[in-house]
Amino acid sequence: MSATSEIVMIDSQTSVSSEDAAKPIIEIREMHKWYGDFHVLSNINLQVLPKEKIVICGPSGSGKSTLIRCINRLEEHQRGQIIVNGTELCNDIKNIEKVRAEVGMVFQHFNLFPHLTIVENLTLGPIWVRKTPKKEAEEAAMMYLEKVQIAEQAKKFPGQLSGGQQQRVAIARSLCMNPQVMLFDEPTSALDPEMIKEVLDVMIGLAEEGMTMLVVTHEMGFAKSVADRVMFMDDGEIVEQNSPDVFFDNPQHERTKLFLSQIL
Amino acid sequence: MTEATTAKRAQLKPPISNVGVVGWLYTNLFSTWYNSLLTIIMLLMLAWSVPPLFQWAFVDSLWNSSAAACRDIDGACWSVIPNNFRFIILGFFPEGQEWRPILAMVLLLGLVIYSKERSRWKKSLAWLWLINLIVMGTLMYGGVLGMPVVETAQWSGLPLTLILSFFGMIVAYPLGILLALGRRSKLPAIKTLCVVYIEMIRGVPLISLLFMSSIMFPLFLPEGVTIDKVLRALVAIILFAAAYIAEVVRGGLQAMPRGQYEAADSLGLNYSNTMRLVILPQALKIVIPPSVGVLLSVFKDTSLVVIIALYDVLKTTMVTLSNPEWAGYSKESYIFLALLYFCFCYAMSSYSRRLEKELHTGH
Repeated sequence: MSATSEIVMIDSQTSVSSEDAAKPIIEIREMHKWYGDFHVLSNINLQVLPKEKIVICGPSGSGKSTLIRCINRLEEHQRGQIIVNGTELCNDIKNIEKVRAEVGMVFQHFNLFPHLTIVENLTLGPIWVRKTPKKEAEEAAMMYLEKVQIAEQAKKFPGQLSGGQQQRVAIARSLCMNPQVMLFDEPTSALDPEMIKEVLDVMIGLAEEGMTMLVVTHEMGFAKSVADRVMFMDDGEIVEQNSPDVFFDNPQHERTKLFLSQIL
Repeated sequence: MTEATTAKRAQLKPPISNVGVVGWLYTNLFSTWYNSLLTIIMLLMLAWSVPPLFQWAFVDSLWNSSAAACRDIDGACWSVIPNNFRFIILGFFPEGQEWRPILAMVLLLGLVIYSKERSRWKKSLAWLWLINLIVMGTLMYGGVLGMPVVETAQWSGLPLTLILSFFGMIVAYPLGILLALGRRSKLPAIKTLCVVYIEMIRGVPLISLLFMSSIMFPLFLPEGVTIDKVLRALVAIILFAAAYIAEVVRGGLQAMPRGQYEAADSLGLNYSNTMRLVILPQALKIVIPPSVGVLLSVFKDTSLVVIIALYDVLKTTMVTLSNPEWAGYSKESYIFLALLYFCFCYAMSSYSRRLEKELHTGH
């Protein structure tokens, strides 16, 4: 397929030009995934450099969520390689847990732990995975809550917060693990319109601090202003990826053009 | 009213028929013609049944008399209880040693009450229970500190019921949780083992398990080795209850949204921490009502041990009634026994309701 070979070329160019600056933090090579007989992801090749911000878009069912869920092994791939921060994801549970601790994930439906208070939600990972002393973990948690501007809710339970507040807590929960990479799986899709901005603002702040981010989203405004690279997926393949300017103003592929014409 | 509130939309009072005593009577008792009819019929039935019952239980009754005095009255002979109280409660425990089972029961109930507060649910509490078990066993069995040995065959009455039910429940619940987790395991061997165990146990009545533990099991033991009968009954009860608890807990685990597992996974928590800190606290909260159902039936089912000749509090009551002097006062005895069981069961279920309320976090 011509599109795929083109992408490989782009990838190899970026990696050659910046080889001395940084090695890719995520490397996916010829990765395939099936759900039973259904071929969800086909021949995925992707390199993510440290501090890079990638927005992944595409129609529903195109495999974009599945792709980022493969990166922390919430989904298993059947062929190819995924290497995160030097650790290859295989069936070794210790490797998987190591990768998960380095990779933060924010979900569409927040997935906060409803039986724990906000601050307990934030300290759970540091205390039990990183073995941070409780007091230290709590201080760090308050720092991150401060950062997402929700420190005054620390003693409440998730069920008492609005959707936007819950999603900000979820972001803070991931940050408490000091992740190398953050994955966002449609973080604003389940929110009421008036709450989208507060979450996007937190994400923009994070991007400005130099966090490596992979974001699956339909917020094209966010993609234009924050992304280093925008990736379009359709039918389990990466169809096209480019800098936001080129991607939005001069899409190369017919399927991309069709998609953009439908959403913009 | 202040300026601020008057500026708001005027708040009207609800119509009189919706509030107060009149409103309550109307909505609950006389809202329709057939509701009114039912109310009147029920009132008539109460008027017909309550006064004679009251007369029997409280007016014509004797509370502390000899058996002979009871023959001359029409009312209830509650005297059967105080006159046989020691035997009903403590059964065949030797004379002069009564303080031992009583102290054991006080210790057990004291610890149960102490365990009610969630802030005390720590590792030390588990140790406290273990120590309590040992102290209770020593008190009951004796053989040290100048206490004469009392064989378990003489353990009877309420202490036996409490030991079988409380220690049965406390061991069966964690075992049931492990079985539920095992049944959802990805490892086929563990999964099959748990499924077979649960289905086998649920497929037989408790009575048959008790029979097996008391009659069949000793046949498999080598010559000269015996395992205590009370212990065998306790194990049978534990194995039985665990299978039911496992299914209840599994229901709770299945009600957990996948997102909770994924969130825990994405933090890098391992399996045991995910279960212990994230999944089980929520799943067990969901299944408090059915769990309490299982635990209550375990509590009441301990009375089935009569069939393997253990004298629990039900059996000691029946023995009392077989005494010709007190024969015929079964109504009074069984009402007393029912009240005794009810007190324990009601305490458990009201505690579970309190726990549910405490654990509710607004989701």
